[in-house]
This record gives sequence, structure tokens and C-alpha cells, in this order.
Amino acid sequence: MTGNARVLTGQHFLMGDVACAEGGLAAGCDFFAGYPITPSTEIAERLSRRLPEVGGVFTQMEDEIASMAAIIGASMAGARAMTATSGPGFSLMMENIGLAVMMEAPCVVVDVQRGSPSTGLPTLAGQADVMQAKWGSHGDYEIVAYAPSSPQESFDLVIKAFNTADRYRIPVFVMADEVIGHTAERVTIPPADQIPRVQRKRPRYAPGDESFLPFRAEDEDLVPPMVHAGEGYRVNVDSLTHDEKGYPATFAEPHDRLVRRLAAKIRQNAHQIIEYEELLLDDAQVVVVAYGCTARSARRAVALARQEGIRAGLLRLITLWPFAGQKVWELSSQAAAFVVPELNLGQMITQVERFTSHPVVGVNHAGGAIMPPEPILDAIREVVM
Amino acid sequence: MAEIAVASHPIDAVLRRDRLPHIWCPGCGIGAVMACYARAILESGIPLDKHICVSGIGCSARVPGYMNLDTYHTTHGRAIPFATGLKLVNPELQVTVFSGDGDLFAIGGNHFIHAARRNIDINVFCVNNFNYGMTGGQAGPTTPMGSFTTTTPYGNVEPPFNLAALAAACGAVFVARWTALHVRQAQEAMQRAMQKKGFAFVEIVAPCPVSFGKSNDIGEGVDEMWMYRKQCVVNDDADVTKIDVTMGKEAELVVGNFLDIERPAYMGYGKEVLGEA
Repeated sequence: MTGNARVLTGQHFLMGDVACAEGGLAAGCDFFAGYPITPSTEIAERLSRRLPEVGGVFTQMEDEIASMAAIIGASMAGARAMTATSGPGFSLMMENIGLAVMMEAPCVVVDVQRGSPSTGLPTLAGQADVMQAKWGSHGDYEIVAYAPSSPQESFDLVIKAFNTADRYRIPVFVMADEVIGHTAERVTIPPADQIPRVQRKRPRYAPGDESFLPFRAEDEDLVPPMVHAGEGYRVNVDSLTHDEKGYPATFAEPHDRLVRRLAAKIRQNAHQIIEYEELLLDDAQVVVVAYGCTARSARRAVALARQEGIRAGLLRLITLWPFAGQKVWELSSQAAAFVVPELNLGQMITQVERFTSHPVVGVNHAGGAIMPPEPILDAIREVVM
Repeated sequence: MAEIAVASHPIDAVLRRDRLPHIWCPGCGIGAVMACYARAILESGIPLDKHICVSGIGCSARVPGYMNLDTYHTTHGRAIPFATGLKLVNPELQVTVFSGDGDLFAIGGNHFIHAARRNIDINVFCVNNFNYGMTGGQAGPTTPMGSFTTTTPYGNVEPPFNLAALAAACGAVFVARWTALHVRQAQEAMQRAMQKKGFAFVEIVAPCPVSFGKSNDIGEGVDEMWMYRKQCVVNDDADVTKIDVTMGKEAELVVGNFLDIERPAYMGYGKEVLGEA
């Protein structure tokens, strides 16, 4: 199955975890640091075999804290860097995820979610880390999180995650789940020259030019150009609140300015980032909002509802964050109710509720198995009664 | 306005002069150790653009902010894994982690032992001043038994690490200990660390009069320097397992370049593992 090529162009039968690894390789990932954790371990195993073949570097670290720190360091040295984990490891990464936000270090973190909290259900699916992805590190910040619904989409979204990370200089999450990670399906890998590649914005100044301020966002997108280690710019990159020169500036005014810019570079560009799939929404009176493995069941539930004459549709979230609130608001003008199935006790439903005044019904299970279509169908029937 | 005593200084090229004066207290030893590092860089023969300095959090971790290099002030305890990722991606860089005892050996202790075990080719320069200075003088993993700190008001009951022994046991290929008094020797040890392929560790014992010296009957910074002068014994051949730092009034403080061995450096799991030339 493995070969020497970085991009394994062709048709494959891959589990989602392996597709994540191949997506990273196709995206040009140079560096992976990780720690074994079920149900994400296959990503590390695959990359330990494949990265040496393509001139990249794999390293197994002592824990997930170190893994996250290492990919930020690697990113600062110019690499496309990623890690993969599951809930307990994701929790350990949180402080350094904030570091990646503060240093504006592009990187990709795959979280193959399992039943939680704590050790929970190591081998069984959950979707309860989706709020943590947005709010898990301390402070105000914005990130981007994708939710794949198939192995093919795992491959595609890891590529997209790298491009979004480099475009906005942020950590980007791929919020997979155990079902998607361990489901094997057909994955089509395109030719290498058809893999989209966003290049990092780079300084327009020569090293030593006094007018270069490495953390000044000169463009409308609010993203400053990125300097890599060893290029001669001699930049200070700081976890402390810093000014445009990169120097510590631990005062109220520069802090407000920096944190606002870090948030605004995603908020003001959200319309370019947000993605979703629409199924039968044109005339829908009931909108099911779902993501990840649960969206597969929701698709079936919507089809069954249609057979019963209920005008149901599916809004499948591809980006969890930023949330597609505008789309929910637009759908509110035609739909009478929303149904939000999740393998958690009600996380993304809180976002749906923010953008509609119609009834929003959660279909929840704490995790451990994919949600069957029937409870989703029951909820659809209930809201149209 | 402060009076400018000299127009220029030999280590100006390595410092961000626009960030001075520094934040450290009167009598603190960190500035002296930073100057050793600056001179070691100048003497290293390695271009400044290739020197990278990474730190965690704490007083000593503020050093990179003053160095005119590519510098990274990261999270508490995580400088070593950050530096590991950076070094593995660009092995041509001369990567130094410059931080304090609490940062490197309490919250960051796990990273230290594994980086030494792997023998990643970085330098770790640790200012050991026996306490958490930035937060006001709490006990840490190097605080001597019996010492008074703000969290050991009745005396410290925990035995401290012997950092040199720890580094040697974990697999470091170069291990040295000096003090803020031994500026020439510390600089030379740092230069040797930079030449060394592998995990090189230099501990520099330094005064923290405000948060440690005064509350432990050592006195001001200069008094602690006198203590080093009287009590330090240079012994490169010392058994590292027997050279604990007690800061006792009569105790020897053994310093030296204790270990210099060869061991394959860690390059990550990259193309080298395929066994091709």
C-alpha cells in the first residue's frame, strides 16, 4: 500500500485515520510530532512509515504537551507541521494551542474524538470535544475547526486545514471521531498537481530593514507575514502580549489591540472560511443540523422523513468553527424547526439556538456508538406535529 | 535619566539594546550569565543569524527577549520540546534553550529527561537560583533542604535535584556546572556545548538575593558571590552523583566540566532511518 511517492494518486480503500495521514502528506506535511492514543494512533503509525520516505520527519514525543510544543517549533522553522490525538491528549495540548494562537504559528491538529470525559471510552466514538476546540485554551481567540464525515473528507479536510492554517497563521483542527477514523471506504487521491496549496505570506522586507515590524498586519486580512527561524530577521516571537515589533508589551492598550486583531483576522474573514453541505434544504420545513459521523445517520433520517412526506433537509456542517450562523439565520425564514443530533449532551445546538427563534430540538447521546437514524427521525416527526 | 557610562560594549552586537535596561533585580546573577552566553555566541564562530534562543517562563526565561537573535519565549516548561521541533526541521541552526531551574526541572522536567535520553542536538543553559523568582520566591525542585521560601516558611522538607547528576544519568553528552562568579569558565563551557553534537547541559548557579539570598542568611548578591569564591571547588573529574548543591555555610560547591562523551545525536525519525547513504 505504501510507496515512495508523497501523493499516492489513485483509488484506495482507507480508514479515516490513514486518510488523515495521507491528506497531510499530500498537503506537504514535513513534520509530525505525536503521542500514541486510541483512536488516533493509526495516523502516527502511518506517518512514521511514510514521512521518512518523502524526506519529512516523524517524532514520537513524551506526551501531547510536548507534541504540540514541537509542532509549533517546527512551524516556526518553516515546516508544515501536524499532530493527531484524542480527547485526553487534546486536553493536554490546550495551553500550547493558545501559544500557537499567540505566536501565529500555522499548524494542524487532528482530534479523533472518543467517548469522554476523562479516559471515557477509548475505543468508541464521541463528539464532545467540539466546544473544547473553540474554547479549550484560556483567553479570547479564534480558530478554525473542520468535521469530516467520511474517510474521503478526512483526506480532503486535512489538506484544507493546512491551507487555512497557513493562510491565517492559526492552529486548525480536524475534529474527526472514532467512527470516521476507523471506517474504511473508498478514497480518491488526485494527482499531485491538483492538490491546492496556499503559501504562507512572507516578508516584503530584507533582513535588517529597520522598518520591518514582524507582527504588523499591513494587509486588510490582518495576517502579518511570517518569518522563519534562521533567515536573519532576528525576530522575537513571544507568548507574552507583544507589540508589532514582537517585543513584550504587557499593558492594557497593546493587549486589547493584539487580542482584537487575532480574533478579527478570523471573524472578518469567516465568510471565506465557513463551509457546509446542503441537502434538500430548498423547501425544508425541518432542518437537521449535523456533522461528523452523526451526519451520516442524519442523512438517512432526512430520507426516511421525506418518504413520509415530511419536508426535511440537512445542513451538514463542514466547519464547526467559525459556526455557520448566518446560514441558520437564513434558513429560519423558511423552516419552522431545527433538529440537532450530536454524540454529546448538547454542544453545537447552543450555536444553532443563537441564530433562530424557532424551536431547536436536540437528539443526544453521550457517545459509545454511532447514533442510529431512528431517534433523529422521531425528533423530526415530533417537531412537525 | 540613567547616565550612560560607556558608548558601546563588546556584546552590543548580540543584544537588543532598545530593550535595555532589563527587568532583573539588583544583585541578580542572570545578567552575568546572559553576558557569558552573549560572549560565547560571539566566540562560537557560528553566524548570529544561525543562533536560536528558546525559553520557557520565569526570570531566566526573559533572556532571549534581550538577545539580538531569532528568539522564542514559549510556555512554562515547554521550551525543550519547542526547540526539539525547530531543530529537527532545520538541523543547521544552533539551538539553545536558556531558562531557569523551576521552568526546566519542575513543570518541564519530563521534557528535559526525554530530550537528554534522545540526545537531541540542542544546548540547555540553566540558571539555578534555587527558587521561583518571578512569582516572588517559592520553593522549587532545586531548593536546598531547610531553605526558607515563601512556600516553605518553616524550612524546605523536600530533597532537591542534583541537576548535573540528573543530566548525566539521562544521557546528556556534555554536562557542566559553574556559577555566576565563574564567567570565563561558564562562557567556555557554553562554547563547548555549542560545538557539541548532542544534548549539552550547562548549569550556572546564580544569586537571587531578593527572593532567596536574604531569607536564607546569604545576604546580597555580592555576598553570595563571595560565598562561591570561598566554597567552590573546581573538579572536572568529580563523581556527579556526589556533588549535590546544599548552599551550606561550610559545604563545598563543586563546579567543573564533568562530562564530555560521544553518542549518536537524535535527528528525528526521518530519511536516515531508511538506511540509505
